Amino acid sequence: MSTFTANDKHDTDRLGAALANALPPGTVIALIGTLGAGKTRLVQAVAAAVGVPRAEVTSPTFVLVNEYTSGRLPIYHFDTYRLKDDDEFLNLGPDEYFDSNGLTFVEWADRVADVLPAARIEITIEVTGETSREFHVAATSPQLESIVTKIHSLAV
Amino acid sequence: MKLLTIETTCDETAAAVITDDLKVLSSVVASQDALHKRFGGVVPEIASRAHVERILPVIDEALRKANTKLSDLDAVAVANTPGLAGSLLIGLTAAKTICVAANLPLLAVNHLQAHVYACRIASGRDVFPCIGMVVSGGHSNLYRCDGPTDFTPIGGTIDDAAGEAFDKVASLLGLPYPGGPSIERAARTGDPRRHRFPRPLLDDPEHLNFSFSGLKTAVRYLVSGPGKIEDVKPAACKLSPQDIADLAASFQEAVIDCLVGKAELALQNTGYRTLCVGGGVAANGRFRTRLEDSAKLNRYELHVPPLALCTDNAVMGAIAVERLRAGLFEDLSLDISPVPERAAKR
Repeated sequence: MSTFTANDKHDTDRLGAALANALPPGTVIALIGTLGAGKTRLVQAVAAAVGVPRAEVTSPTFVLVNEYTSGRLPIYHFDTYRLKDDDEFLNLGPDEYFDSNGLTFVEWADRVADVLPAARIEITIEVTGETSREFHVAATSPQLESIVTKIHSLAV
Repeated sequence: MKLLTIETTCDETAAAVITDDLKVLSSVVASQDALHKRFGGVVPEIASRAHVERILPVIDEALRKANTKLSDLDAVAVANTPGLAGSLLIGLTAAKTICVAANLPLLAVNHLQAHVYACRIASGRDVFPCIGMVVSGGHSNLYRCDGPTDFTPIGGTIDDAAGEAFDKVASLLGLPYPGGPSIERAARTGDPRRHRFPRPLLDDPEHLNFSFSGLKTAVRYLVSGPGKIEDVKPAACKLSPQDIADLAASFQEAVIDCLVGKAELALQNTGYRTLCVGGGVAANGRFRTRLEDSAKLNRYELHVPPLALCTDNAVMGAIAVERLRAGLFEDLSLDISPVPERAAKR
């Protein structure tokens, strides 16, 4: 696991750029953190790094999944905040996104952890101050460990 | 001429029968609020399933109340954008089926434009050109409306919608869903000046955008401070009722400042003298008062429809009358489009 401290939004942008560079197409990224932790903000940072205008990346809470395909890599952005259980998540057809060659981010991933791919990157966001955050980046399978190392070297 | 209008973009299954001179012959809305309350928000699978169960009875009831048979209709209109994909499909499929069965022309309704048009219906006279503002759980958008079939998006939220912020802050404060009415109720006894929450983008004269995510974060930080919180409700328990009322009032005021401020800026930029507001957040009493104050001060004409026309309904689908007049019919290949159109980059 690698920990990245962000003192402000610019640091979050740096982590976003590192993720955009290090994550291979097809990666699923589980985002875990409370309301206001900055989950959507991190996805905006990754999107900006692949060339999707930041303002196009809005909260998927209402629409459940957003797709951003105008960058060099497609980004898929799920939000399970309103979902009741795994079945409702599966009804959205997430497998198609997981098997794609884009990056798939899942907000409130802890709520649907059982039905996420076994090999994924998990990012837990901790609120440490009004604008500061701690991002804990972990791999759930040994194959992805090298990616976490790469993210760390790019972001720090 | 008579139109059947169908609305299934989100929670509500709704149908109405309307004449081409905007007379409402019937309006039926089956709300799924009771179902959703249990889960704190819109749940898509439940939404789709409930739409399937309700769509035919709702249409039947609308026709019956209007004393109208399918063969009396001249067209069918359906909201096909934006909304939840599964929900939109049910309305669209029902509309197409009726069109085929009764040999009727099909008209498309943009749900957000229809919210603005609710002002035209409610006022009983022309409101165009105007600035249209739609604020709801899923949307916070500004339009330049040069005519009833000529809407240009000029701004919107860059993260959370206003209604979504209300829902999430209500949840942070331990207040029940839906968050809009809960916050408004709690705010009545609160001091809106106790907390000075940020007004993101309000001072940016270049853009007509909103950002409510940071505001939500500011409330969260005030309620629970740093660190991880597994469940926000225990944190809210430490707050006294007065604390919650003050937080609700201060938050509500910050959101309203942003909404009213950007509406004023849009009017100023375009030189238009009319503001039409729609969407569920327009049901907020404090928001209405602030809009009325702004209209008086800045001398513009304000239209906010009655509550039943602010929340989702099929009557506002009467905007299709304008498309019918303009000959803008759809064929049966009409598809849904869940994502709203965005303002062009400046």
